[in-house]
Amino acid sequence: MVPGEKRYGQDAAIAGAAPGPGAVQAGAVELLNLPDLGIGVLLPELALLVNTRALAFAATHGRVLLPTQPPFVALRFTDRTVLAGELLTPGAPDRQLYVLLALFAAAAFDTAAHLHTAAAIRQRHPGLAWIGFPAPDADGLWRFPDYSYGRRLASEHPLTTPGGHPA
Amino acid sequence: MSTTERTDVLVIGSGFGGAIPAYHLAAGGAKVVILERGPHLTAPDFTHDLRLGSYTRIVDLVQGDGITVVAGNCVGGSSVVYFAASLRAPGFVFDRRGSLGHRLWPSTLTRAALDPWYDRVEEALPVAEQSWDQVPYPGGLFAAACARAGRSCNPVPVAVDLARCTNCNWMLNGCHFDAKRSMLLNYLPAATAHGAEIRPLHEAQTIAPATTPGYRYRVSYTQLDAGDYRLPVGVGAIEAKTVVLAAGALATPVLLQRSAPLLGGVPRAVGRYFSGNGDRVSIADVDEGKVRDLLGLERAPGIPYQGFPIGKPIGSMSYDRLDAATAEFTRFSLQQIYFPGITDLLAQATDAPATSWFGVRKKEMRARWPSWLSVLAMTEDDNEGVFGPPPPTGSSTRVATSLCLSTLSYRPTANTLRGWAAADAEARAVLESDGLARVRPWSENAAGSVSAHPLASCRMGDDPATSALDDRGELRGHPGLFVTDGSAVPTSLCVNPSLTIAALAERACPGIVESTVEAGVRARYGAPAPR
Repeated sequence: MVPGEKRYGQDAAIAGAAPGPGAVQAGAVELLNLPDLGIGVLLPELALLVNTRALAFAATHGRVLLPTQPPFVALRFTDRTVLAGELLTPGAPDRQLYVLLALFAAAAFDTAAHLHTAAAIRQRHPGLAWIGFPAPDADGLWRFPDYSYGRRLASEHPLTTPGGHPA
Repeated sequence: MSTTERTDVLVIGSGFGGAIPAYHLAAGGAKVVILERGPHLTAPDFTHDLRLGSYTRIVDLVQGDGITVVAGNCVGGSSVVYFAASLRAPGFVFDRRGSLGHRLWPSTLTRAALDPWYDRVEEALPVAEQSWDQVPYPGGLFAAACARAGRSCNPVPVAVDLARCTNCNWMLNGCHFDAKRSMLLNYLPAATAHGAEIRPLHEAQTIAPATTPGYRYRVSYTQLDAGDYRLPVGVGAIEAKTVVLAAGALATPVLLQRSAPLLGGVPRAVGRYFSGNGDRVSIADVDEGKVRDLLGLERAPGIPYQGFPIGKPIGSMSYDRLDAATAEFTRFSLQQIYFPGITDLLAQATDAPATSWFGVRKKEMRARWPSWLSVLAMTEDDNEGVFGPPPPTGSSTRVATSLCLSTLSYRPTANTLRGWAAADAEARAVLESDGLARVRPWSENAAGSVSAHPLASCRMGDDPATSALDDRGELRGHPGLFVTDGSAVPTSLCVNPSLTIAALAERACPGIVESTVEAGVRARYGAPAPR
């Protein structure tokens, strides 16, 4: 969902399709195993499901997959992208399941959902750093004393009622 | 063996719809019990934290077929987690006809008729009109873009104590600073001061006729585990002379559906005509250089904007397309709004619909996240949502922390799609001119339509064929059973609905008191607004 660079030269799981860390480096696997979430025990079955779909994709698109790798990993990145699009398309079988997996993978990157946010920022969490999430005050709370351009930037609608409501 | 308790008034749900009747009935002398499905948290509990287990304790993401809804799950309901925009619905909304071809609101309800009830709510919250120097950067940027495009733009009235607000942008988590004037700070403490009892982690399951003479309804409930809402830890039942159902538009109709055999049937409109308030979210990927060159804005030396995470989430909005003279399904408001990172997945980055919202280009767009601006259009949808058969317990099936699967299905009609297209075109007209930004609606591939404003699943009206409630909010054919939450609101509102839900709840209170008195309770109506 959020592609990243390979963690090491022979890294097969990550395609290395984009510079910088991706969802895996941001903690997607840790997040999926979070006890609060309660889906960790299902992950082997989910992996099997994805790999079955990857095999079917390879068969129908004439792709030859390296038998030494799990089928989804063995697909080219562009094929993985197309397959992910198919799995997530409205009406596709098991779509709700894949949507949740996509959501959690992205949440690891965009929100560090397996970590407390202030601590994640202190640790330079790769996703939060990538999106430029601001740092909190020393007490771990966010405040923005400077928050407004401080001037009128448009005319209000002429039919606005007292209190600022539409008529 | 479980015992059956008794009370004068049982309120199911503690958000806007439940807290307000609970207060008026308790202050009027009735014995009131409030059942709330979620936990009871207060300001110190509301952390600035995106870790699962923090805000997810009090916010539910409910996935239906074709729609995903965000809703509160705590004492105070959505008032604890909402973004506090507090707007009166435009006058034309009350004349809406939808595709049914007749007026959908009760004939007694107009904007003028509701204004005194809006006034009452604003006494209690209170609602503050932001001045321009209190509108955060994203709202300022949107206003400047509107002005450049020849549009007007207004600061948004908010139920926030502006003196306490730190513009932290963590409203979804509940307000740590007690600046947001949720039900936890007014109606609920006033209700408990008059003896009302709040029972958190109590999920109502069925409503049936009471067996004790003088009592009208028997409500069964499940107590939920505080650490895992999927686990029941107890059961019980309460009989009441009056029941006020305010569990929210995703739960109220489901509870009634499950109760239908026990109650001898419920009106056909229960669980139909759901509206997502026509919510339509778009992300604008803003060009910082154009903000400087076209709009002349600079918030710090060399930084024109980069203000997406700063501020109150809702700052400014355009009323230009709320023109009563134009046709239904072409009217909408366009509001600047911040969405927390959990929704980043939905932003689209490319033109290929199936894969537009993930992948390499999307990651590149994430690197510009501080320069995003999001806009919410609230349009005139066609009440096309329908609930399927209820699950065995609760209002949906909880599959993980905060994540629920609902039987709600939503297939937007051509009317709704027309409204969304008009709103998309207006967002582009305002924000894309001369390359100021690139605007795209959230992907529907991921979650369908997304709404934070569930409405109308058990709506009021004059026509028994298309409305479940009469104009007093009483369920047709079931005296003493009232519905006062967003499910009672007949149509989308073209603005954020909280103030209208609250005003309708205030308006229902004299009738609820009257019905309670008829059932033999010594109660009276007339308590002042809580402070």
